[in-house]
Amino acid sequence: MPDEIKAGAAPPPTPAAPAAPAASAAPGVTRRGFLTWIGVAWASFSGAMGVASLSTLRYFFPNVLFEPPQTFKAGFPEEYIAGQVDNRFKESFGVFMVRDEKTLYALKAVCTHLGCTPNWLEAEFKFKCPCHGSGFYMSGINFEGPAPRPLERYRIVTAEDGQILVDKTKIYREEKGEWQDPESFIAT
Amino acid sequence: MAAPPKKSLFTQIREGQVWNSIFRHGPPDNTRNRSLAVLTNVFLHLHPVKVRKSGLRLKYTWCAGGTTFFLFLVETITGLLLMFYYRPTSEYAFSDILDLRSQVPLGIMREIHRWGAHAMVIAVWLHMLRVFMTGSYKPPREFNWNIGVLLLVLTLLLSFTGYLLPWDQLAMWAVTVGSNMARATPFLGNEGPGAALLRVGDISLVHAGDDARFALLAGRFVGSGALLRFYVLHCVGIPLVAAVLMAVHFWRVRKDGGISGPL
Repeated sequence: MPDEIKAGAAPPPTPAAPAAPAASAAPGVTRRGFLTWIGVAWASFSGAMGVASLSTLRYFFPNVLFEPPQTFKAGFPEEYIAGQVDNRFKESFGVFMVRDEKTLYALKAVCTHLGCTPNWLEAEFKFKCPCHGSGFYMSGINFEGPAPRPLERYRIVTAEDGQILVDKTKIYREEKGEWQDPESFIAT
Repeated sequence: MAAPPKKSLFTQIREGQVWNSIFRHGPPDNTRNRSLAVLTNVFLHLHPVKVRKSGLRLKYTWCAGGTTFFLFLVETITGLLLMFYYRPTSEYAFSDILDLRSQVPLGIMREIHRWGAHAMVIAVWLHMLRVFMTGSYKPPREFNWNIGVLLLVLTLLLSFTGYLLPWDQLAMWAVTVGSNMARATPFLGNEGPGAALLRVGDISLVHAGDDARFALLAGRFVGSGALLRFYVLHCVGIPLVAAVLMAVHFWRVRKDGGISGPL
């Protein structure tokens, strides 16, 4: 910058005016214009690389899954017998349908210890995990073994046709007081 | 005019263009050529010209690093051989493992691969113990210790990804349990710290259908997508990264004055 050149030094060179480019530069190309283009080139290159990286990251998330859907219709509330655990959706959706005296709820069939699938033991009236022996009451509350917290509940609502709709995208945890939520159970 | 003396076949080869295009120095009958023999050979050039006496003392080094590298080579070769029979699909994986044991000649190949993996984890652990106990992680070797920690993690990941491939109940549930850890990745796992903050209005940006565990398993459960991903990571992805880091590791050992001596 010409302003920074100290007085008394050799006569400052004339600032490079667009009309008078350096002898070595091609006619019509100024230093400032050249640097601008370099900047534009780097910005577009970085942008393209960024988009390519994000696209590659997105590549690892498939659009179609060959898995059971996250929501399913689980029949009518009358189909479930009070005081019983229903295993019919355990295999296909990983859900225990449980009906006690007043409510119907959908327990996530995943042990809160390390993620195995517990079994409902009818004779002993409890859920038991085969891996490390965690035990849960019919309510899903843990009472033995290493599981640190109760089984989780899925969102359960009544659809327009009167059937039960289980929504696996939303879970309710007892230890957070979420079992009070009206969508964590259906009153029967 | 007498004919020139006839040269032996050996001399003809040694003076020929093919030999001299590969070995670009004279016979190793003097110090200079002997040094060149080491320096111009891709397999020998990593080896230092001088080795300290303490570096050869088994009681001091335990040769644990060398054992680890040897086991890595064993795993590479036996793993490559297993790839000729094993198909990483949920339909064939388990039966191919059984066939490898009962129907394939030298059926012990899979066991060598498996026991080699166990031995490699132990060897890495012993190597790190030795390096730690002798203080060899201290400057100027602190950078190489960090490379070594990365290699430890990669060794464990190689073991973990290989665990799923037999596709039996043990593998399924072990990886189900193991991959649950990815749920708790900060910001990237749907149950991890920070994930709850990543919301736009009522929509959660990080949920079970798009988090770190999902990318690892190609789904919400351990299924055929997870099997293929673990296979690719086990056979190509992780070994490639490990090989690059090992090259840096060995090069750094040499640059830092060879294997560290007793303090």
